[in-house]
Amino acid sequence: MQLFIEQLLNGAAMGAIYSLITLGLALVYGVLRILHVAHAGVYAAGAYAGLYIHSVTGSLLAAVAGAMLFCALLGVVIERFVYTPLLKYPPFVPLIGSIAVFLSLEEVFRLVGGPYILTFPAELPFPGLVVKGVVITPAIISIYAVSATVLLILWFIVTRTEFGLAIRATSQDRDVAGAMGINGSFAVSMTFALGSAVAAIAGMLVGIYFNQVYPTMGAVPAYKCLALIVVGGLGSLPGAVLASLLLGIGETLLIGYANIPLPRDSLAFIAMIAVLLWRPGGLMGDK
Amino acid sequence: MGEYTITILNFIAIQAIVACGLNVIVGYAGQISLGHAAFFGIGAYSSALLTTKAGLTFWAALPLVILISAAIGMVLGMPSLRLREDFLAVTTIGINFIVESVFLYVPFFGGALGLGGIPSIYLFGVRLRGAYFLYMCLAFLAVTLAVSWRFTRSWAGLACFALREEETAASSVGVSPVRFKLTAFVVGTAMAGLGGALYAHQMRFISATDFGFPLSIMMMSMVVLGGIGTLWGPVLGALILGALPEVFRPLVDYRMLLNAAILLLMIRFQPDGLLGEGGFLRRLLPGRGGANRG
Repeated sequence: MQLFIEQLLNGAAMGAIYSLITLGLALVYGVLRILHVAHAGVYAAGAYAGLYIHSVTGSLLAAVAGAMLFCALLGVVIERFVYTPLLKYPPFVPLIGSIAVFLSLEEVFRLVGGPYILTFPAELPFPGLVVKGVVITPAIISIYAVSATVLLILWFIVTRTEFGLAIRATSQDRDVAGAMGINGSFAVSMTFALGSAVAAIAGMLVGIYFNQVYPTMGAVPAYKCLALIVVGGLGSLPGAVLASLLLGIGETLLIGYANIPLPRDSLAFIAMIAVLLWRPGGLMGDK
Repeated sequence: MGEYTITILNFIAIQAIVACGLNVIVGYAGQISLGHAAFFGIGAYSSALLTTKAGLTFWAALPLVILISAAIGMVLGMPSLRLREDFLAVTTIGINFIVESVFLYVPFFGGALGLGGIPSIYLFGVRLRGAYFLYMCLAFLAVTLAVSWRFTRSWAGLACFALREEETAASSVGVSPVRFKLTAFVVGTAMAGLGGALYAHQMRFISATDFGFPLSIMMMSMVVLGGIGTLWGPVLGALILGALPEVFRPLVDYRMLLNAAILLLMIRFQPDGLLGEGGFLRRLLPGRGGANRG
């Protein structure tokens, strides 16, 4: 039973991290209708930037702030220089561009950070918990606390602020939103900045949780999170969070108990195909 | 030509065949497929199993291999092609990951150890290796190109072009979207299967990781680089991307970065490819390639 609860907690933590990455993808898909594979490159960039700033300043807060800023900039640069000029082509053109950006980023990490696994020696400022024999590590507590806070802030921004209104209007119909006086290209860039800053947080959390930062750390989330936004319903934010949590828990429990002969990384795609057959619009899609 | 050069050329010819297949799907029918390596793998595994476990010769197995690849392409294509573009892209990525993990985890396919002992190809009692293997690959490439060319002139090809340009208009005059997209998908996966069979007998040892998602991206890069929807584009793309690692050998550490950067620059500045409309080479070679666009 203890083991089961620990597994459940680990699974939910993975799910929370997936949801932080997937939210950025869902936001970007909403405003540009682009599958942003390079988002996982931004996420890995967040882990590297956070690690570097942490090793220079020794401050975790500075590392988080710096990584978020760096990734926000990186996200906007990708949007401005790759996606926006390619919007007039069929959707697979920006998609291939995105994959190319992602591969280039991976290579840059390998050349700059080295091909090996770096450790993330962060000291979290609070101890772990033991409740009835169930061990809860500080890393897991921080994942829960940080992702809950980030989700709340994102929810507030998207649904309660004028900026969120601009994002939602742009994702419904960019031309009409423009006619109502919403600066579409500004809203798109800010969406990238927002999503990328959240991805930076996810990258740092993963780096601390597994104590590993390495060039190809984005490879698995890059495609798995695409499956997740499809499962959630393309562009649906609550759907993205729900699908991520379900996958995180499902993966961990299935690997731990069902002993299925498939690697955990293909599970997301099997789930995706099953959901598409059952509900072609995704769990929370509108169609 | 040295042994080494011939081996590289063999790979380029095989990849050109597979890229031509992808071009039929992406270029002619306008359907994104990011899981083409899965069908390449299905061809390789079917040929390997039929020649080792069932004891057939390469030539007896080949028609079966092509049939199997096309049949699996059809089964997987039927639900996928009803999806919208973005869903289709993610689904084909998913197909690639799932097929790779089936090869990797099911003991029948050799599991993590892969399949070895795949026999060489004999023709009229002569073992085909080195330059002879290359001639055979080039002959198959010529057949593939002929089929591609024939496809663009066929009713199915014309229907595909119509669907690619304007699906609603085409279906309103009675062109069934799913039927013709599926035809293109089956032709494309059959070509991938042919390439896979050649690959298996060239390597004589295959394992699941040979057919992973990065290879699908590589195939897509070849098609994009050469020119999506042109007859010779995939061949040119395969030639360039196949020769590139050899040219950049001294820069071994930066090779992958250069590959990715070339793909990025191409898609950013010449999304129609070198031989596509407005492409750099197209302007140098008037009247060549791309004749079937528009």
